[in-house]
Amino acid sequence: MLDKIGIAKRIAREVRDGMYINLGIGIPTLVANYIPSSINVVLQSENGLLGIGPFPTEAEVDPDLINAGKQTITMMPGSALFSSAESFAMIRSGKVDLTILGAMEVSEQGDIANWKVPGKMVKGMGGAMDLVASAKHIIVAMQHCSKEGASKLLPSCTLPITGLRCVKRIVSDMAVVDILPGGGFKLLERAPGVTVDDIKKATAGKLIVEGEIPEMTL
Amino acid sequence: MINKVVADADEAVRDIPDQAVLMLGGFGLCGIPENAIAALLRKGVKGLTCISNNAGVDDFGIGLMLKTRQVKKMISSYVGENAEFERQLLSGELEVELIPQGTLAERVRAGGAGIPAFFTPAGVGTEVAAGKETRDFDGKIYLMERWLRADFSLVKAWKGDTAGNLIYRGTARNFNPMMAAAGKVTIAEVEELVPVGQLDPNHIHTPGIYVHRIFQGRGYEKRIEQRTTRKS
Repeated sequence: MLDKIGIAKRIAREVRDGMYINLGIGIPTLVANYIPSSINVVLQSENGLLGIGPFPTEAEVDPDLINAGKQTITMMPGSALFSSAESFAMIRSGKVDLTILGAMEVSEQGDIANWKVPGKMVKGMGGAMDLVASAKHIIVAMQHCSKEGASKLLPSCTLPITGLRCVKRIVSDMAVVDILPGGGFKLLERAPGVTVDDIKKATAGKLIVEGEIPEMTL
Repeated sequence: MINKVVADADEAVRDIPDQAVLMLGGFGLCGIPENAIAALLRKGVKGLTCISNNAGVDDFGIGLMLKTRQVKKMISSYVGENAEFERQLLSGELEVELIPQGTLAERVRAGGAGIPAFFTPAGVGTEVAAGKETRDFDGKIYLMERWLRADFSLVKAWKGDTAGNLIYRGTARNFNPMMAAAGKVTIAEVEELVPVGQLDPNHIHTPGIYVHRIFQGRGYEKRIEQRTTRKS
C-alpha cells in the first residue's frame, strides 16, 4: 500500500517535460515536490498564476501571493499573473495539459464525485467542475477504499457528480488503473505488497486484468 | 481628467441601501476590500446579496458581515472556511448559491462585457445544470449560463489614480477586474492613491471608466489564511 507521499511520487512519474499542470488541494499539491529537476513544467494556480514556486521562507512571505489552497507561495522566474476569468479561459480552452485532483468516488465510466456529501457540510465545488469539464488529461489521486473498507471505484457514483466521463487515470494507494473509453477500470500496476486479488476485492466497479500486472516503481 | 476620489470608505458606501446586490473582489482573504467591508459593518446595512468567490473566515472579510446578520444571500464557489456560515446555512437563515469558480468568473465577466449569456461545459451532468438550457456544439454538450451584475461592486487594488485607473498586485487581482466592470456603481479602494499621470498607461489593469469612486484605504491587515513556509 502507498501512503500519501507514495501516491504523489507515483503521479510525479506521469509528468512530462513542457507540461502546464494544475494541481488540486491535498495529495496533488505534494506531487510538485517529486517532479525531477530535469523536467521543466509550469504549475497553474486557478486564482491567477502560471509559475508556482516553492513555499516562501519566513522573510519572503507575501499576503498578495497565494495558491488555490490559500497557502503562501513564491513565483518562479518567468511567471505570469492574471485574473480569475483569464485563468479559467485557459483551463476551458484546453491549454492546461494535465489536471491532478482528488476524488471521493470515481465510476467505471470516468465520472468523478469530489465536491459534496449530502447532509454534511457543503463547502462548494470551487474550480473542480470547470477543471474536469475541460482538462485534456485528468489523473485522480485517491484512496481505493473508505476507512470502513467500502470501494471508491464504483460501477456508478453515489455522491453528487462533479463531472461526467472525464477521468483518464487513477493512482490510488493500491493500484494504477486507466478508465477505458468504453468503460471499466484497466489494471496497470500494483502498489508494493498488494496482490491482484486484493485489488479485485477493493474494486466494486468492473476491473479488467490482462496478463501479468507489474508492481509499480516510485 | 474626471476626479473620482472620495474621502474614505464611509463616504464611498454612503448610499448602499438595504437589499442591495454587491460584488466583492478577492480570493480567500487575498485582495478583499477590507476598508469597504468595515464601512458596511459601521453602516449596518442589511439584507445584502453578496457575490464573492468565498465568504471570508469567521472573524475577517465577509465573515464579519455574516456574524452581524447583514447578508441575506451568498453567491460563491467555495465557502469552506467559515463555521458561522455553516451554522446559518444549516439553520436556513442564509441563502446560498454555489457556482463553479470558472463559471462565476465568466458570469461576472459577461456582466461587465454586455453579454447576457454564454455556454460552458462546466457542470454538465451535475446538479448545477438543473433547469438550465443545454446545447450541443460540435459534438460536446454545454450549459447556458447568465451574466451577473451588481448594484455596487467593491474592489481592492494595489495602486490607483484619481481618474480611477487601477493596478493589482500578485494573486490579489483574481475577481477584482471583472467585478469592477460589472458594477452599476464601482467603488475601488487602493493601497496607494496617486495623481493622474503617475501610473504608466501600459500597466493599467482596470481602466478608470469602470470605476466611479476611489479612495485610499487605511490600515490594511492583509490577513493570511494558510501561512506556509519553508526553512531556507
